[in-house]
Amino acid sequence: MLSKRIIPCLDVREGCTTKGIKFKQNVDIGDPVEMGRYYYEEGADEIVFYDITASNEKRDIMIDVVSRVAGDIFIPFSVGGGIRTLDDMRRVLLAGAEKVSVNSAAIRDPEIISKGARAFGSQCIVLGMDVKKVTPSDAVPSGYEMVINGGRTYTGIDALKWAQKGEALGAGEICLNSIDADGTLDGYELTLTALISENVNIPVIASGGAGNIDHIYQVLTRGRADAALVASIIHYGTCTIREIKEDLHARGVKVRMSW
Amino acid sequence: MIAIVDYRAGNLRSVERALRKIGFDCCITSDGEEILGAERVVFPGVGAAGRAMANLKEQGLDRVLRQVFENGRPFLGICIGAQIILERSEEDNASCLALVPGEVRAFSSSLVSGDHGHLKIPHMGWNGLERVKEHPVLRGIEPMDEFYFVHSYYPVPASESHVIAYAGYGIRFPSIIGTRNLIAMQFHLEKSGAPGLRILKNFCQWDGKTC
Repeated sequence: MLSKRIIPCLDVREGCTTKGIKFKQNVDIGDPVEMGRYYYEEGADEIVFYDITASNEKRDIMIDVVSRVAGDIFIPFSVGGGIRTLDDMRRVLLAGAEKVSVNSAAIRDPEIISKGARAFGSQCIVLGMDVKKVTPSDAVPSGYEMVINGGRTYTGIDALKWAQKGEALGAGEICLNSIDADGTLDGYELTLTALISENVNIPVIASGGAGNIDHIYQVLTRGRADAALVASIIHYGTCTIREIKEDLHARGVKVRMSW
Repeated sequence: MIAIVDYRAGNLRSVERALRKIGFDCCITSDGEEILGAERVVFPGVGAAGRAMANLKEQGLDRVLRQVFENGRPFLGICIGAQIILERSEEDNASCLALVPGEVRAFSSSLVSGDHGHLKIPHMGWNGLERVKEHPVLRGIEPMDEFYFVHSYYPVPASESHVIAYAGYGIRFPSIIGTRNLIAMQFHLEKSGAPGLRILKNFCQWDGKTC
């Protein structure tokens, strides 16, 4: 059987990570390549680099980061943020990323999913979903709505319908981020995660809310997620990837324990 | 020199980067002479079997790869490269290289597992191996080691004697195939961390003999 994946997420702005790792010696490391290598050696199953560079002119810096990561880290990694066109995808994949994730660009133009899947294969295309809980309505029967612009703009699109549409268009995986849970450290949105995971036939990575190891356990079991994205919990030293995996393993969750 | 066969299918650079990292010289090439002259040959890839076979034939590389196999040079297939060495594939109903008797089958969309319910296709992520035979390229690989898979089809050699290892995903399927100088893996060893690099290094030091 497949192991459940633990995936560190690094936010990168103009070539630097925005949250450095607080090592025991209290040294912050802001280089995404160094941080990526650190998590690779710590047992990460995959790494997500999320480019939050504001200006388009500085996006080439990310391509350089991607190619340096690719020469050093021999597990899959994906790149998201600012991917708007087929050409953006091509540049990131050629630089050495395994996968690209599209988020708001897919809301604006869903065809980018099918075009990307046709050009590079479904396994390369991750559909990033930012979701907020709302009162169920005719347009949003699941009670979960797709949002963009960091949660500020509601799209009127039902999250479950969007996930299924994304799968039909050729997305190979879903990275499901609960805007409500994100940054709270109160745990993942289990109801949302289980709803999406049980109703699509592609893997779902849960994102947003991890504050302790039990949260990760819950989302991989009750939430039925295939993988858990982790950020603050490891960047700020609450626990290490090894500790997360040892705990999950002890509680009967299949994770990769040898690296 | 190690030749990485370029048949215009998928990104070959990751194999090249992994070989460089462990200190072996390699080139990505579609030149038949260069491939036949290489000390060893890597046949990587992602993509669909039909497209891959069409590209190989168009470039005359199907004959070159058969010759590499005949010549006894160490020959490594990865992912789609572990599939089109068989006779035919259910994917695109493609006729393949037929270096090893057998066929490539699709995972059934109704795979289930007791604890996990309905299994998602493709089989994507980290999985372990059940080794049924020793092989020089698996030296130093521990039972706990896992490897990164991404595939919807799996190779089934006609003879179990060609299976070096299985993996499990609702069913038990061959994940490493070997015969003579050919060794082929369904998973991406170039994306499988240290154990993957270990296999790659073993391959680079292998003389192409199984005992």
